[in-house]
Formats: sequence, structure tokens, C-alpha cells
Amino acid sequence: MKVELDEPKCVASGQCVVAAPDVFDQRDDDGVAILLEDQPGAELLDDVREAVAVCPAAAIRLVEQ
Amino acid sequence: MTRIVVVGASAAGLAAAETLRREGYTGTLTLVGEEPRPPYDRPPLSKQVLAAEWEPDRVALRTPADLSGLDLDLRLGVAATALDLATQEVWLSDGAQVSYDRLVIATGVRPRRLPGEGAHVLRTLDDALTLRERLGPGRKLVVVGAGFLGAEAAAVAWRLGAEVTLLEPAPVPLAHAVGERVGQVLAQAHVDHGVKLRTGVSVTEVTDEGVRLGTGEEIEADEVLVAIGSLPNTEWLADSGLSVGDGVVCDEYCEAAKNVYAAGDVARWYNPLFETSMRIEHRTNAAEQGMAAARNLLNSEARKAFSPVPYFWSDQYDMKIQAYGYLRGHDEVAVVDGDLGERRFVAAYRTGDRLTGALAVGMPPKAIRVWRQAIVAGASWQEVVHGATTV
Repeated sequence: MKVELDEPKCVASGQCVVAAPDVFDQRDDDGVAILLEDQPGAELLDDVREAVAVCPAAAIRLVEQ
Repeated sequence: MTRIVVVGASAAGLAAAETLRREGYTGTLTLVGEEPRPPYDRPPLSKQVLAAEWEPDRVALRTPADLSGLDLDLRLGVAATALDLATQEVWLSDGAQVSYDRLVIATGVRPRRLPGEGAHVLRTLDDALTLRERLGPGRKLVVVGAGFLGAEAAAVAWRLGAEVTLLEPAPVPLAHAVGERVGQVLAQAHVDHGVKLRTGVSVTEVTDEGVRLGTGEEIEADEVLVAIGSLPNTEWLADSGLSVGDGVVCDEYCEAAKNVYAAGDVARWYNPLFETSMRIEHRTNAAEQGMAAARNLLNSEARKAFSPVPYFWSDQYDMKIQAYGYLRGHDEVAVVDGDLGERRFVAAYRTGDRLTGALAVGMPPKAIRVWRQAIVAGASWQEVVHGATTV
């Protein structure tokens, strides 16, 4: 799977970090999300799906290959 | 179970539908939405859309391909008009009747209005596009209601060069939600930017020239935006037998009746983490509750109580406001980091002997996540707030 982050849409809520801490982090200064891993392993699929669903800015997309 | 109906095609309804598919439900999935547009996001309406920074298509919640991948029986531009719990049927405004094995109610809220014609409200994409056409340098805008929506719209209109007057019935805007001192600090931002803020004024009606106050005084405006809160869309449930009182009343599993769940702005449910019933109009809650309701609906043997820490954010001028928890009805507010006067701070909220909320302004967003953890853990006030100044 591939994770896409639409950075300008991000509202810095950090909900993705709560849902998938192995895949996302936040920048220290403005809290905008950072992709730690844009092709995470299958074991993280559920976490990433949760992050996509809870992102309040609809800024994360998951492309399942 | 072969037929699930989700009424409401915004954030909560979409989250419910997606979760049902993700969790393996393969039967018929009907998604009913009153608006003709496919699901879109509302928080940008009073921010980037109103500021004309985003074109309307950026607010789409899913791509057409993602939506069609859900294999929905999608009914847009159609409202639900009645529910029959006994026969498990929903009536729709186009005359159709849809039967269900399980139902999710996610019909949201609509803006409260004032008597009189011609005022704007800000709930739908069309509302935002209509208002943004009318804003610009020198245009006189009166915003009625200095809650988060009114405050955001005032800030955007100010940035577009409009002459903005913000009218608020309460003595201190947002005091009921964030406390008096924090409310004052947030209100001061309007004044500092040259927005005219008048508090303690009741507005009785919208007139041809502007608005009329309770005192009889008239305030002239080219445009009026009414942002005085919302009403849950529950009228269609009036004769259904469901318990409705400021929202669809649910238990901690988001269940309103046998085989009927509710989620999002319209749902009032018991949140065990805060030991109280609440109805939350936050974007994040819509998605989380849609997911929770869908999971409980599918796995009735292993239901989980929905006990989130609510989260919201607001962008006003150069301020980013973020809050976790349930601030309403708090007993005490203390500043635990930063400085109120500089509009850079974290405030903690106490209810009883517990930490129940935290609100940050102008702080690095990561800094507030530790407070979320403490709220999740049910931390006592004594434990986490030492020596901070009560405000």
C-alpha cells in the first residue's frame, strides 16, 4: 500500500499520529503531519485506514496496490 | 443482514458507510443525502472556501473513484421524511420507501435563524460560495453570534477588507464553552484587528438595511451572517417513537433503538469517559462516531462503548486554537503553559476533581497532545496541574 498526504490540507490535529504512530508524526513548529513511511507494511494497514478515516481534513489517502 | 441504510451523507454518514464496507459488510448499503453534492467537508467553508483560497472541488471528502468503490446505493438530493421502527422502513422525499435491517441516523444539524429575510447562514458549500461573492474591501458585514463559526467568518471577512461588526448576546463570547477569561482573550483578537465587537446585545430581526437590536437600535449592513448555533435535524423522527431531545438519544454504544444507531452532530449519547451524555458538533467526532456506530452495528456481540476525547480546532486571524476534552460545565480553568496576554498558552479545565479538558492557543500542536493523554487516562486535577494560576 501507498500512503499519500495532501500537506496543504493538513490542519495539524495530530489525529493521524494517535491512530498510526508508526506511520505519522507532526512537525514540531506548526504540527503539520509528516509521513514517516509512505509504503508501510501490511501489518500497519488497519492503523493507516483508521488515520484516513479520522483525519478531520481528509488529507490522507491510501492507495492499496 | 442484507440491507443497511445510512441517512445523512456528510462526514458521519460517510464514515459509517466506509467502515461497514471495511469491516466486511457486502449487502446493500443505501446512503441518503439531502444535499445534491457528494460528501464534502465543512470546516474549510468558514476558512479557505470563504477566503476564496480554495476552489469548491477541494472540499470533496472522497474522489469519485473512492466513492464508487464503496458500491453504494447512493441517493443524493433526497431527504428522509419519516421512520417506522415497527416495519423497519424509512420514507424519502422522492416518495420512495426503503426498508432496512440496520439503520444509521446521521442527519446532522442546521443553522438557527433569526426572523426576517435576506441573511446568510454558513452550513453548506452553497452558503459559503454565496457569502464569499458578497465580501470584499469596504463591504459592511454584520455577523450575529461570536461563537467559533462567527469568529472564523469575521476573521476571514476582515482579511478580505470588509468592515466587520460582530454582535454577541452573551457578555463574553464563548464563555460557556471555554470560560470567561479565555473567552475574553479570544475576543480581544477581534478588537485588536479592528473588528467592531459588541457584546451583551440581543438581535431581534434581520431587516432590509441590516439588523435590529432588542433596544430598537438598527445596525446597517450590506450583508448579515447569522451564526447563532444549530438545531439537530430530528423532525423526520417525530412520530417514530425514538427518544429525541436535543438530538437522537443513544446509549454508550450509539444505539438509539433496536437495530438503529446514530452518529455525528445529531447524536446525543452517553460518553462513559466523562460520565455524561453529550452531543458534539465537531468534525472529528462525526468521523469517529460514524465508525464506532458502524462497528457496533455489525458486531452486536462485541460492542464497544464510544468514549472519545472530543477534539476541535479553530483558525482565527493568526491564531490556531485547539482543544481536547469536554470543557462545558467546567468548575475551574488554570493556565498551565504560556501567557494569556500574548495569546500563546495552554489552559487546563477541571470538572469535579478531574482534568476534563485542555485548550491551546498559538502553541505547537504537539504540546497539547500530552494533555489529551492525561484526559484519556482520567487524570486527577491534583496529579497534573500543580501550582498553575486559576483564571
